[in-house]
Amino acid sequence: MTAVASLTGVEVDYPGRGKALGPFDLSLAEGEIVALVGPSGCGKSTALRLLAGLEGPTRGEVRRAAGRGETSVVFQSPTLAPWLSAGANVALPLELAGVARDEARRRAADALGRVGLAGAVSARPAQLSGGMAMRASLARALVTGPKLLLLDEPFAALDEITRRVLADDLLALWRQARPAIIFVTHNVEEAVYMAGRVIVMTPGPGRSAGETVIDAPVPRPPGFRVTALFREAAEAISERLAGATGPGATGVAA
Amino acid sequence: MSRLAYLAPALLIGAILVVWQVACAVLHTPEYLLPPPTAIALALIRNAPILALSAWRTLAMALEALIAASLFAALLAFLVSLSRTLDRAIRPLAVALQVTPVVAIAPLFVIWAGVDHPDRAIVALAAIVAFFPIFSGAVRGLSSADPDLERLFDLYDARGLQRLTRLRLPSAVPFIVEGLKVASGLAIIGAVVAEFVAGSGGAEGLAWRILEAGNRLRTAEMFAAIVTLALMAAVVHLAFQALERRALVWWRGR
Repeated sequence: MTAVASLTGVEVDYPGRGKALGPFDLSLAEGEIVALVGPSGCGKSTALRLLAGLEGPTRGEVRRAAGRGETSVVFQSPTLAPWLSAGANVALPLELAGVARDEARRRAADALGRVGLAGAVSARPAQLSGGMAMRASLARALVTGPKLLLLDEPFAALDEITRRVLADDLLALWRQARPAIIFVTHNVEEAVYMAGRVIVMTPGPGRSAGETVIDAPVPRPPGFRVTALFREAAEAISERLAGATGPGATGVAA
Repeated sequence: MSRLAYLAPALLIGAILVVWQVACAVLHTPEYLLPPPTAIALALIRNAPILALSAWRTLAMALEALIAASLFAALLAFLVSLSRTLDRAIRPLAVALQVTPVVAIAPLFVIWAGVDHPDRAIVALAAIVAFFPIFSGAVRGLSSADPDLERLFDLYDARGLQRLTRLRLPSAVPFIVEGLKVASGLAIIGAVVAEFVAGSGGAEGLAWRILEAGNRLRTAEMFAAIVTLALMAAVVHLAFQALERRALVWWRGR
């Protein structure tokens, strides 16, 4: 299978703040879901911005088979424009790309329907709960039919029940179009639940501290969280994370 | 709110007026020094038509100034948002204009406008006073868009004009209406101060009524003009406050 996006030996230096990332390698196959797990400040979000093309690497190479219009990003906060209705927010990427307004609104309403917000097309973001706002944000990312979906700790601000429901819904949505997904999180169990492959990153400047393949069907079967496979994978990743962040770990910059 | 708290302002004003009236009667203060409230009320009623006309003149000049200041501030804020160099170039001038007391530059404008047109000088001076809050509000607003939304616009390859009309201008709305509210009060102050300095009856605003009554030691008429000015300024303040509230409700969607 061809790679949708890849990072090869990328390093990112921020002037005055030193090295934020790398050297770091990552290759993402079509339709694959990869989770990046690591401590705060390890450069997970930087890696995501590189893949989105929002930033360039200081060294190394970024390749993307998906064009700009085929890449979508979801941030930790829903990042909806408060002055626009949910429908107008979701239609925005289409309208900016030149899709006629009516057509854009129709497809936006459709996308909102797919994330379970059919009744909220004309609601303003302030009228939505945190979970609903995140669904609208997800609808905006999906409305363009992306090949590459970049999620930057999308559920971090939500309560446990909402994030579990959203995790299942996201996997169900993934089954419809199978975009490649990079899922950044600092929650190990969420990473295991969502991804086919979990990459652990060291503290900044982030490097790979190894990866774990999660060989389980998607959507996850009921009770997946209490299976031995889930527990063992989560345990292995937690240990790797502790090894990477604990005393004696390499590349720790306080 | 209890009924007492609701009535408190009226009760306090009533109490002050009663004490004032009694004190004038007991102490036999001459009317040119401190007229009793009844004399002021009488002056208000007797001069109502001319006071209303003068209030309208002052209000019209202040509103003209506000419109001129808004247009100029919007244009300049837009230019400043385009380039940092322009921002650096314009800032010191704008600040210098703001910190120079309007009284100091008023005579210059009166000369430029010519003795026959004091109203032009007054409008220009009031506009200068009203300019700064709108300008700084607009500049701050235009650069205050959610950085993640800015990144999304990068991702969607938004053109400069799209970014301005669909992101930066809407993001600036709360800052602009706040600036307008502050500027509306300043425009009235500016108009009154400028008319004082112009010192001629050519504009026939409320400041002239105050000056004229003062020159003739008709203190009750002076008070009547001051009361009219205070009432007018309060009405304008309330109107702009209501405008701001409505704008924010529209903006936030609740």
